[in-house]
Amino acid sequence: MKKVFPSAQAALEGVLFDGMTIASGGFGLCGIPELLIAAIRQAGTKNLTVASNNAGVDGFGLGVLLESRQVKKMISSYVGENAEFMRQYLSGELELEFNPQGTLAERMRAGGAGIPGFYTRTGVGTVIAEGKEHKDFDGKTYILERAIVADLSIVKAWKADPSGNLVFRKTARNFNPPAATCGRICVAEVEEIVPLGSLDPDAIHLPGIYVHRIVKGEHEKRIEQRTVRKKESV
Amino acid sequence: MWDRNQMAARAAQELQDGWYVNLGIGIPTLVANYIPQGVNVTLQSENGMLGMGPFPYEGEEDPDLINAGKQTITELPQTAFFDSATSFAMIRGGKIAMAILGAMEVAENGDLANWMIPGKLVKGMGGAMDLVAGVGRVVVVMDHTSKHGESKVLKRCTLPLTGQGVVNRIITNLGVLDVVPGGLRIIELADGVTEAELRSATEATLVN
Repeated sequence: MKKVFPSAQAALEGVLFDGMTIASGGFGLCGIPELLIAAIRQAGTKNLTVASNNAGVDGFGLGVLLESRQVKKMISSYVGENAEFMRQYLSGELELEFNPQGTLAERMRAGGAGIPGFYTRTGVGTVIAEGKEHKDFDGKTYILERAIVADLSIVKAWKADPSGNLVFRKTARNFNPPAATCGRICVAEVEEIVPLGSLDPDAIHLPGIYVHRIVKGEHEKRIEQRTVRKKESV
Repeated sequence: MWDRNQMAARAAQELQDGWYVNLGIGIPTLVANYIPQGVNVTLQSENGMLGMGPFPYEGEEDPDLINAGKQTITELPQTAFFDSATSFAMIRGGKIAMAILGAMEVAENGDLANWMIPGKLVKGMGGAMDLVAGVGRVVVVMDHTSKHGESKVLKRCTLPLTGQGVVNRIITNLGVLDVVPGGLRIIELADGVTEAELRSATEATLVN
């Protein structure tokens, strides 16, 4: 079965449906599947639940799905960069489930690893713990967090080979591997598809078993906070 | 009284050679500028990096290389990258010796509130809840009082908590306090600050 698709739209053919849950990689605007997000916008799929650490910014990343009112609920750890998100949330149009960042990552990892839930210290004694099972282990209290299994994972990698093996670049890896594993179908967009055998098998970040479809495209890779230092004068 | 940079410099004195450390956004980020000579620490950025370097030179920014504050940064010879689940495994697993982070309120029992003001803009906790629950030592750096002069060092936090009983040390513009049984202990006064001044700016119980 061929995993390489000619376009983001083609790579999403037949896997989108209203009311579905999507897990997305990315941290801020770094390593987000920007082409697949744009293609979901075009497809017009509605009532989405999206698990993603952040919600993009106005006009870019997941922000474009918020603008078009395609998102019913976000599961995120930090959404501070998005004015439209705030507007929809405060007016009650958008549901929001805050997860601590590590809990969100582990919920995805667990979902992909066949672990239905896990106990964590994170959030004990906070609003996050309300309504969750508490259990003591060795004198410390933990709460039960459930895994996330998504209908679809959308991720961004640097390189893929045709078998779906992925390599990420620097901090653009972030949520992409755990998000990729927790979906029943995973579609990856990449900057480059290299021939079979040209990736070092010892240096593959995500084995192709997790990746069902691949599309190569041009990425804007927008920078959210451009910070620089001055060159010391010689 | 200490300014932002002096608070960061004081916080940097907390660092020990060989430690892996996570620095929060704001004043804690400035701590990296004051790491003492001979103290080698590795900075963790919870978006998936150990060995965080300084900001890049203009023109050398890389969109694939950012810190947890989404700022462009650089790598070092010892840098390692990993995914978010691995990043929080090392945080939750107690491998990070210390986190230095900002706060809205701290209480005498070590409770910390730094993520949410009900009724106001809600941005989210990010990685703060995982960090305070998982790292070896939590140091808070913040102004001692609010803009309106109200103490932020309290008997009980009024805002939703980030963590319960998690803070070890508080560094403010007025001095340094430790969370100890029964309340807070004054460890150090900032330059030009009297004990009476620190006491009057503190709502929390101070013990000897």
